[in-house]
Amino acid sequence: MKNGIMNLLYGLTLFLITLSGFAQMPVFKRYYIADIPGLGWLAQFYTTHTIHYIMASFLLATGGYAVTRLLITGKGFGALTFWGRIRGGLLLGLMISGGLMVLRNLPGIYFSHISIYVMNLAHLGLCMALLAVSGLTMGKAWSR
Amino acid sequence: MSRKLSRRAFLKGSLTAAGTAAGVVTGTAPLARAANAVTAGAVDPLVTVIDISKCIGCEECVYACRESNSGKFPAPKKPFPRMFPARVPVQDWSGRQDVSDRLTPYNWLYIQHASARVGGEETELTIPRRCMHCNNPPCVKLCPWGAAKQESNGLSRIDADICLGGSKCKTVCPWDVPQRQTGVGLYLDILPSLAGNGVMYKCDRCYQKVAKGETPACIEACPEDVQTMGPRSQMIDQAKALAKEMNGYLYGLDENGGTNTIYISPVPFDQLVLETGKGKPHMNPVADHMATGTNLARAMLIAPFAGAVAAFGKFYKQAKEDRS
Repeated sequence: MKNGIMNLLYGLTLFLITLSGFAQMPVFKRYYIADIPGLGWLAQFYTTHTIHYIMASFLLATGGYAVTRLLITGKGFGALTFWGRIRGGLLLGLMISGGLMVLRNLPGIYFSHISIYVMNLAHLGLCMALLAVSGLTMGKAWSR
Repeated sequence: MSRKLSRRAFLKGSLTAAGTAAGVVTGTAPLARAANAVTAGAVDPLVTVIDISKCIGCEECVYACRESNSGKFPAPKKPFPRMFPARVPVQDWSGRQDVSDRLTPYNWLYIQHASARVGGEETELTIPRRCMHCNNPPCVKLCPWGAAKQESNGLSRIDADICLGGSKCKTVCPWDVPQRQTGVGLYLDILPSLAGNGVMYKCDRCYQKVAKGETPACIEACPEDVQTMGPRSQMIDQAKALAKEMNGYLYGLDENGGTNTIYISPVPFDQLVLETGKGKPHMNPVADHMATGTNLARAMLIAPFAGAVAAFGKFYKQAKEDRS
């Protein structure tokens, strides 16, 4: 992903999806963040839920674009750098755990309690790991 | 939190995960449907039909509920941790356990009084109120901690061992049903001053009795047979037939995308003057709060393919330019 616009879109998506994801926890109101003018929406759970879903769609589209580009240009996954693989793996984990949570949120879908609990913790844990890795590797290339 | 992962639970989880993966890869979800069938256990959700015209407001259901569920009521530790920031409210109902005219952590069902003018005459009605047990319950689906669950028989409940008392379930509930008790639960063992604030409580439709094939305590105790419970497919037909017979009106059938509690009233619900407020739910029309998410889920399915098409388009354009 050397394309500047792609990087910008990816960064913006990652920021908004993380923000709206953390807003699923009732912390922004408690800690006065939602009291800051213009940030009141962070305490509106249905709004942040919708934003999270829209950003997830963008992230999935970006993922589809990046993977297809790697494949059709003949580079393949072998062209990914070490940190590119780590970040890609974490994103894949987030997409799978997030996808399962989207499935759970559909009407008529019943998951066992333990699987709901594991999904929530896995999604949160992967998000924290991705944030840490993204911070450490900011500016480093995904592929050779 | 001493639950064991049973073989059945493992099968459910595995099939569901495999189903989702298959859905993402192929764009269809045959395994997801299979997983759903397994997870749902082919059980038709149980629906309660509440005929308001029969209710005499005797509160037998209220006391039966308390007796049946008293073992689940909170036993808070005092003094409560000092909350940070100070705006976090302490909600303590332990000294007011006998309050019965609203929903509280110790009162999961109450009798709501309503009045209406029918044919020029003032009519008083009494309505048993508790959790509606939505078809797609926001309290369960949006709990960030996974503390709430919905069972395949349609009941939703909050696990007091896992709940942190953040009260999000109450905020997203169209009827503000769950009620918080401070000073109890898991938050005391994590960051008692900084995160969480107790446990949320609400009707769990006597899941322990239902699991044994028994009837919830409120239904069992009612001397007037105000409530009946049965499989959704039958109960909806029964509710509609009953409403037709008495020229009555239904509430709960479509509210929030449909609930597993259907009220039948001889008076239109929009003409009922209810005592509403904290712990006293309204009976207004409610749009499906989860509908936006459900619609966006479809967009998510096509998103990776849209990205792939964009990449192909760009590659094709580049190749064309290179050739010329």
